[in-house]
Amino acid sequence: MNKYMLYLDSKRCIGCHGCEVHCKTNKGLPVGPILCEISHDPLKAVRGVPRTEFRFRSCFHCEDPFCVPICPTKAMIKRDDGIVYIDQDKCVGCMACAGACPWNIPQMNPETGKAVKCDYCMDRLDIGLRPACVTKCTTHALKLVTMHEVTDSK
Amino acid sequence: MRKTVWSMCGMCSVRCPIRVEVENGEIKWIEGNPHLLGGALCAKGSAGPALVADDERPRQPLIRKAGRGAGQWEEVSWYAALDYIADKMKKIKEKHGAEAMMMSCRGGPFPDMFKSFLHGFGSPNFTNHDSGCGRNVHHASKSVYGLGRKGFIYDIKNAKHLVLFGRNILAALRIAEANQVMDMLENGGKLTYVDVRQSMTGIKATRFFQVRPGTDYAFLLGTIHGLIKKEAYDKEFIERYVSDFDKLVEFIEPYTPDWAAKECGVKVKGIKDFINEVAEDRPKVIFHPGWMLSRYRDSFYASRALHILNVLMGNIEVEGGQLLPKTPGDCGVKGLRTLGSMVSEKPTQERADQVGTKYTHFDKGPGLFHLFYKAMETGKPYPVKGLICYRHDPFNCFPDPQAQKRALDNCDLLVSIDTHYSEFGWYSDVILPESTYLERDSAIVAQKGNKPRFIKRNKALEPRLDTKPMWEIVKMLADRLGFGDNFPYNSIEELWKWQLEPTGVSLEDFDEKGYAELTDTPIPIDQEKLEKNIKTPSGKIEIISKVLTDAGLPSLKEYESPLKPPKGQFRLVFGRTAVHAHGHTINNPLLHELMPDNSVWINKRAASKLGIAEGDLVDVIAHDGTTGVIKAHVTDFIHAEAIYVVHGFGRQVPLQTRAYHSGMSDQKLQGGLLQDMDPAGGGLCLCESIVTVLRSSKNPKRRVEL
Repeated sequence: MNKYMLYLDSKRCIGCHGCEVHCKTNKGLPVGPILCEISHDPLKAVRGVPRTEFRFRSCFHCEDPFCVPICPTKAMIKRDDGIVYIDQDKCVGCMACAGACPWNIPQMNPETGKAVKCDYCMDRLDIGLRPACVTKCTTHALKLVTMHEVTDSK
Repeated sequence: MRKTVWSMCGMCSVRCPIRVEVENGEIKWIEGNPHLLGGALCAKGSAGPALVADDERPRQPLIRKAGRGAGQWEEVSWYAALDYIADKMKKIKEKHGAEAMMMSCRGGPFPDMFKSFLHGFGSPNFTNHDSGCGRNVHHASKSVYGLGRKGFIYDIKNAKHLVLFGRNILAALRIAEANQVMDMLENGGKLTYVDVRQSMTGIKATRFFQVRPGTDYAFLLGTIHGLIKKEAYDKEFIERYVSDFDKLVEFIEPYTPDWAAKECGVKVKGIKDFINEVAEDRPKVIFHPGWMLSRYRDSFYASRALHILNVLMGNIEVEGGQLLPKTPGDCGVKGLRTLGSMVSEKPTQERADQVGTKYTHFDKGPGLFHLFYKAMETGKPYPVKGLICYRHDPFNCFPDPQAQKRALDNCDLLVSIDTHYSEFGWYSDVILPESTYLERDSAIVAQKGNKPRFIKRNKALEPRLDTKPMWEIVKMLADRLGFGDNFPYNSIEELWKWQLEPTGVSLEDFDEKGYAELTDTPIPIDQEKLEKNIKTPSGKIEIISKVLTDAGLPSLKEYESPLKPPKGQFRLVFGRTAVHAHGHTINNPLLHELMPDNSVWINKRAASKLGIAEGDLVDVIAHDGTTGVIKAHVTDFIHAEAIYVVHGFGRQVPLQTRAYHSGMSDQKLQGGLLQDMDPAGGGLCLCESIVTVLRSSKNPKRRVEL
């Protein structure tokens, strides 16, 4: 069972794309891979006001991920708390993971020649901090939720 | 070992407080100051380290070795560059007088240093970018309250209703302010947004009006009419603080909401419902007086009407309204010592822009930059022969760079001081590369507000390239010109201590949170204070401004309908995005990746008449033939008379490989507008450019490969 989820309060999101850069800067990524993404549909008038809703996507950290078994070097690992991450020492950059992923989520880091993807900033989580995208979200619209919190709130 | 460095962002002019973690000379983490912003930072703020790492910026001082703009540079030492500038400045002073030198910056909290430098040299000609930005708002505010645009802060969070006319508050981003807006909306507050197109801010609005371009003033007059007829204004407040209210009542008579709806092309019911809402939500209604209002021929009067609406609301020093910013003095703390106090004799010559002499109704502080171009061209009132631009790119900020170049060709010295290549820098004689904000310290500044504080920028890194911070550049130049003693420091610590001396605050007081708090609890709202703070000649809030009357200008201007562009032509309007700061960040690798170019918004029906489909390349042709090529974004959500682009693109500095010719520049299509000034507000009319749009011949029909 996955412990964590990233939740976007779409009402608070102002589509500033800050999260995308917060992520890249924290991970020291060059131009190329973008590990999380804000998107929206074209504007549509709702009661006189043209509107749209923002969506946030990083990695779904699937319960039963295709990317893990396909990895030939066992670099793609799912932790007990559900986080799917890439062991950079083992990755050889074959990108089989990206081919196996229905959403093509793992991306090539052109500087290292290895795959990169969202790992919920597990190095930060493990010392009690929140992911970069959540910590620095411009309007505090992105939240890290743990699954029992979701259950409690219902 | 990681260390925390408290600092101020420098990616845009908002200067959000930041916290940086550094280890082994590398930035490991950068976030908004947790005490003030809860960690929040925008995309630009996070892209700061990419600016430091970027090599496509000036790496050491450069002196031009071929014609201006030819891009042939000699790499020189700081000593050689500063000697060269000092020598030229001395020659200009000898031949034409010190006043032939002018200096410009982009405003903000630091001008004390530059102003003192220029005044120390003997010239009164200090200016900034504001005639292409907020001068109309500033002067409108002065004409009503005697206070400038910074004379109020907006308690948006506690407002019931925020009204924005083209103020795209969620994209032209100030983090703290954007959070206030979102908090207000979460608390059930209303947001009314009026613009010629839908924007990031407008999609969060509770009410949206897409108006005909240039009719904001009509909308505002209709609103004033509606509120006065309903008697939905603060009578007690007006009785006590306002003069000539009866003149407003008389003036507004013909401008009914029905008339306004017709003029703006919106539904009457919408305006009437809006007026009813505002009447109910009073006094916690904020009519934002505008930020960048160098737009239409009546933008000054539109801003003045916005100020008047706030007065009708009686929202001053009211929770959820406009608050008077509290100063260190309100906390019983003396202000920072200024370098201006070191200038023994302030220059007394007439300013070359004639602000204060010919133009008595304008604020003398920074004057009006574009008027200096007139002085350069005509030699009147006297010649201007040298210009130093600090962190300011007039070619990107003001219309018609070609006309600006013609004027500048009369100058003997053009210097650009900036972290990156500005378009002006590329045309100048000397480029002095300033260290990026992460590699430089800055002087301490006072921030007014509910809880006034002192704050400073601390460098997180040593400069990676041969660059210097401004405080050092100024000092070194002043030394060479013989008034180095006016800058009584040899290090930034010495400057900071000198600034702080009268205040009783010590440098250690900044250590815990990155700023020195001057009070633990917010200074309470005090309506009685208002009386002492109105600074108009009459001491009242002036509906009829004495200053404007003395200058022969109306205070309440009759409405004139804006020009409707002829068939196939459009009004070119521009705006901001959250991922770029004007032209400053277009070449930043990470921000370029997010938004490499701009597109032009065009109304769907108008586009269909011209055979333009989404994604087509179009030619945007100014009346002088200047043409920009850009991709079309076809949408219902822009008025048919306007086309819209994000400002800052279409840059032409070849060494900025990412930004070079990427997207289209609006200011290059504003030929003839350089002196098109609002006579009352001093702002330029940047949205008065009428352009032709055609489907471009650059759209491929077929390809010839071999």
